[in-house]
Amino acid sequence: MDWTLLLYKTIFLFIIFLITLVVAMYSTYGERKVAAFMQDRIGPNRAGIFGLLQPLADGVKMFMKEEIIPLTANKKLFILGPSIAMSTALLTGVVIPWGGMLNIGGREFSMQITDLNIGILYVFAMVSIGVYGIMIGGWASNNKYALLGAIRAASQMISYELAMGMSIVALVLTTGTLSLHEIVSQQHGMHWNVFYQPLGFLIFMTCAFAETNRAPFDLPECETELIGGYHTEYSSMKLGFYLFAEYINMFISSAVIVTLYFGGFNMPFIDQLGLSPNFVTLLGSLFFFLKIFAFIFLFMWIRWTLPRFRYDQLMNLGWKGLLPLAIFNIMATGVYYYFTELI
Amino acid sequence: MIFLFYFLSAIMIISALLVVLSRSPINSVIFLIICFIAMAGHYILLNAQFLAVVHIIVYTGAIMVLFLFVIMLLNLNKANIPQKTSLTRIAAVVTAGLFFLVILAATRHTFEFHARYAFNSNIGLVSDVGKVLFHEFLLPFEISSILFISSMIGAVMFGKRDVKEL
Repeated sequence: MDWTLLLYKTIFLFIIFLITLVVAMYSTYGERKVAAFMQDRIGPNRAGIFGLLQPLADGVKMFMKEEIIPLTANKKLFILGPSIAMSTALLTGVVIPWGGMLNIGGREFSMQITDLNIGILYVFAMVSIGVYGIMIGGWASNNKYALLGAIRAASQMISYELAMGMSIVALVLTTGTLSLHEIVSQQHGMHWNVFYQPLGFLIFMTCAFAETNRAPFDLPECETELIGGYHTEYSSMKLGFYLFAEYINMFISSAVIVTLYFGGFNMPFIDQLGLSPNFVTLLGSLFFFLKIFAFIFLFMWIRWTLPRFRYDQLMNLGWKGLLPLAIFNIMATGVYYYFTELI
Repeated sequence: MIFLFYFLSAIMIISALLVVLSRSPINSVIFLIICFIAMAGHYILLNAQFLAVVHIIVYTGAIMVLFLFVIMLLNLNKANIPQKTSLTRIAAVVTAGLFFLVILAATRHTFEFHARYAFNSNIGLVSDVGKVLFHEFLLPFEISSILFISSMIGAVMFGKRDVKEL
């Protein structure tokens, strides 16, 4: 057993876990500030300077509230729902390459928890398991609105998973690998995949919005028709878990988008600066996070700009719009590589 | 590794039993999902990562979601299972016992406790699976894809006919 590596991985895992939670926490603050900015308001400014302690106050509030489990609910499944939602949201971060190689005491350590040779598919598998959190929670509540929300969520996620998978197939055709670390390494020096797969990127991003249940695809919880959708009956920290899982998903899907299409931790002109390798790695990670934050901002921007889809519009877009477009993208990519023989 | 094998096997067997034994259909589905995830763990132990992840995506992520979907829409609950008479129960036990006997007799001489082929630790990796599928088993692979397409078209046609009648 290599104890140094084990220790490093444990510490690194813990750091990533903390960063994920903190980013998700401050995304709630960011969302409210962005919403306020878009609607010409001030936003939260009471707790701490600029309202920076607002997420902490919200967290304490969530923990302190009375917890109500409806009498008619299936108690075990009612607890299982938010647990699954939270766990699957956190599990995805394991395969994302957060940075390059770190040199600590003469040894090279990768800033990635594990580099699976099926990295993309692992992300995809976690996304597909994530549906259960919403479905089980919605069903166990024994409430008509919750059930409707759960069914909407499940059908939406299944429909958009298809187009998402197809856009990934086209990306895999371009990169020739499923490992996320190799995909990032190939994008070194501004060879970002978004320039090679612009259509695939648009499809992937639209599907990412749908998979995270964010506006304009937030039908599962649309408050005007369904009160709160799948989490109508939830209170206290269980509700907090559902809301928090959404923000974690937003962070992780931004990270996946950046990894797949926007060069991951690669920074333009980094080779010309002539810095030490460790510094380059850390700067790359910083740049990676900047790109992620840009995407999180995009998520919020779109939420406060576009109105919600109607259910039939959503299904039409998924099955008749994105899926054929994604299949066309695969064919076009295949034909292109067949004739230029880049593979 | 041996510990993991027994651990996963225990999870699989217990959850598989619970699929059959639990009264409420939704619990059965959840135990089946646990069983599938444990099976994916077995694939990983055999270094078949691709198989494991595809197993999770297809079975756990798609097929079981549809199962859950149907159960939720039909609102099947434990009360809906009809009570069986003791005659049916005895008949069922006898039939199952006889069937087990037949299976045992038929397969008694075919059990092999040694591996027939040498274990190739790379067999489950994505490039090897792809090579095998597109070289050795190209024809069955393509034929099964035609089967899938035809079943998909069939499903679409079923959906269409309802719309016309309305």
